[in-house]
Amino acid sequence: MSPLKIKKGSSKHSAYDLRDPNADVQERHTLAVLVDNEPGVLARVIGLFSGRGYNIESLTVAETDHEGHLSRITVVTTGTPQVIEQIKAQLGRMVPVHGVHDLTAEGASVERELALFKVAGTGDARVEALRLADIFRANVVDSTLESFIFEITGTPEKIDAFAELMRPLGLREMARTGVAALSRGA
Amino acid sequence: MTRAMTGAKMVVQALKDQGVEVVFGYPGGAVLPIYDEIFQQNDIRHVLVRHEQGAAHAAEGYARSTGKPGVVLVTSGPGATNAVTGITDALMDSIPIVVLTGQVPTFMIGTDGFQEADTVGITRPCTKHNWLVKDTKDLSRTIHQAFHVATTGRPGPVLVDIPKDVQFATSEYTPPHKTPTAHYQPRLKGDLEQITRLAEMIETAERPIFYTGGGVINSGPAASQLLRELVDATGFPITSTLMGLGAYPASGKHWMGMLGMHGTYEANLAMHGCDLMINIGARFDDRITGRIADFSPHSKKAHIDIDPSSINKVVHADVPILGDVAHVLEDLLRVWKARGRKTNAAGLQKWWKKIDEWKAVNCLSYKPSGKMIRPQHALTRLEALTKGHDRYICTEVGQHQMWAAQYLGFEAPNRWMTSGGLGTMGYGFPASIGVQIAHPDALVINVAGEASWLMNMQEMGTAVQYRLPVKQFILNNERLGMVRQWQQLLHGERYSHSWSESLPDFVKLAEAFGAKGIKCDNPADLDDAILEMINHDGPVIMDCLVEKHENCFPMIPSGEPHNKMLLGEADPANAIGAKGAVLV
Ligand SMILES: Cc1ncc(C[n+]2csc(CCOP(=O)(O)OP(=O)(O)O)c2C)c(N)n1
Ligand SMILES: [Mg+2]
Repeated sequence: MSPLKIKKGSSKHSAYDLRDPNADVQERHTLAVLVDNEPGVLARVIGLFSGRGYNIESLTVAETDHEGHLSRITVVTTGTPQVIEQIKAQLGRMVPVHGVHDLTAEGASVERELALFKVAGTGDARVEALRLADIFRANVVDSTLESFIFEITGTPEKIDAFAELMRPLGLREMARTGVAALSRGA
Repeated sequence: MTRAMTGAKMVVQALKDQGVEVVFGYPGGAVLPIYDEIFQQNDIRHVLVRHEQGAAHAAEGYARSTGKPGVVLVTSGPGATNAVTGITDALMDSIPIVVLTGQVPTFMIGTDGFQEADTVGITRPCTKHNWLVKDTKDLSRTIHQAFHVATTGRPGPVLVDIPKDVQFATSEYTPPHKTPTAHYQPRLKGDLEQITRLAEMIETAERPIFYTGGGVINSGPAASQLLRELVDATGFPITSTLMGLGAYPASGKHWMGMLGMHGTYEANLAMHGCDLMINIGARFDDRITGRIADFSPHSKKAHIDIDPSSINKVVHADVPILGDVAHVLEDLLRVWKARGRKTNAAGLQKWWKKIDEWKAVNCLSYKPSGKMIRPQHALTRLEALTKGHDRYICTEVGQHQMWAAQYLGFEAPNRWMTSGGLGTMGYGFPASIGVQIAHPDALVINVAGEASWLMNMQEMGTAVQYRLPVKQFILNNERLGMVRQWQQLLHGERYSHSWSESLPDFVKLAEAFGAKGIKCDNPADLDDAILEMINHDGPVIMDCLVEKHENCFPMIPSGEPHNKMLLGEADPANAIGAKGAVLV
């Protein structure tokens, strides 16, 4: 029909992903955003997400380069491929943002989260909690006669699984840091 | 030589070093030290507006008509919040303005001090970037960075919030060339591989179209020049958004008129039927695309934009080119010429034949009435009588704005100032003041609706004080006309609060401010009234009483595709479906 012949697919020189933007599938992406550690920068990033209706599943932030005053924000978000591209473009054009890396799209990456669990109980439940903690390589960082605090690191899925197991055994409170992530390789 | 000075002095020095000639502002407690410095120098002119919203719009008018950043100076709290509408307007239309706000002293921030507002918090989503300066040693650098950010990449408003103690304290001044700006450097050059793909498509396309926007104007005069060269060399038809009018001349051979909700029949049908759409510096706004799913269904789309977030935001780009319009067009022309300047002549000829058929519908025709002035006629006469002048046009928002876009011809960029993205009633009058300040000898006309105009009418004081001969051409239909039109088409002619009652006598109002007022309600007197307005050496309000229930056509109802256009007073019942009614 159209006389125009256009190559399909993305070009390695293109700044853009040329996948079908209308695909309706929801994807989960982990983004690493390098920003100037200046006042209000986190508010800017969060404001972008809330103002444009994007999802935040988890968010971690800390200064990672003290000399350069750069912070690394790791944000886990979900959306269609088009929305994910928009999020990256919107983040990328913010003045304090130095770089946006889509760890999910840019190859293999390692994701870890740290969580603290307070589990209270006596008798069999207490023994079982300790046994499971051992299997999950969780450390006991505090204990009383009727409670433990476990520290566990792992993927969000592992922490979810641990939480499910602890719930019937007397899970009282849980604190999670959100995901920190790095791409694999040099 | 060290240059120690107070923060207040630094502000004025930094503005001078940035080449600023004029500041639009309004004083108050938190900016008194800066006003004291302004008093003691003559390099920078201060224009006292009558409301801080007016300052922001005036700065926009200045910026849009010169290509230079506009500067605003207001006090803390209410001064800053009053400016917010103008700042948001500048963000939506990508206009570079630098807003300096006073703030309570640093040691009082967070105490709910008198006239304290979280200005950087409030303006974070409506600026391109903003800063709170807590230490005088950072002040001059921050102001220089603010100018850099406002004017680089996709332009936009920036704000620097300056606490009063920072204005009093002394520190070293950093000049612009010693200010680091390296980190924020948006890419200007487009990807050559994509540019070459576009050149290839230009060679083969049967039904191509240029769809251009405000990005061409923002890129600077060279971009408009290159666009003209490209259009004339390829012979492709061209249309433009509201924001892009003037980049290609309205008298140009390939011009099809504006596109979009109130665009011409030929422009919209050509957009719908094209096989190659070349978007240059436009952003597929919903006023342009109509229903996305049916938007130009058979075309490949190339999109040239400096803002990566504009590309693939609403419409998928087959050929995305990230870069500055002038840079990309230069490369595109070079590549296309080097490949032999080819186009598909046979295809183009057929395409133009089709377009000429659409043009023959004459979608903007109207019958002038002998009794009442029809607004289209008023604008046709304004066009005819001001054509040869060194002319700048501003508008308010509403039907009159769309008629101005349809019936006035723009031959050059930076001559057309209108609130596109935000659609801010009250924009035009203060904008016309900013334009006239920048171009003292030009003919500056604000085409207004009576309701919009009242929203910033206090600026009559500014116009008279500074002897600015701005012409306020009010198409007075005694209605919130655009709202009324929608109520007619969408809400069963229930005209809920869409009329202008208790209007002032505009002639007396002009006279009360010490300006000239002209009233015209007879088509026979129209030309004389317009001539009287443009020949008067001073500000004029012309109250032009027009047909009250005139509708603005063509119109693509919300939620409809381009080929479902209403052309005229045909029965509009069922024109807008329930789905369209929820759209604005
Ligand atoms: C600040 C603001 N408030 C409300 C609106 C909604 N609005 C759009 S057009 C319009 C009517 C404008 O009336 P007028 O200025 O007389 O122009 P007309 O349409 O009659 O030419 C209104 C209320 C707006 N655009 N801006
Ligand atoms: Mg009106």
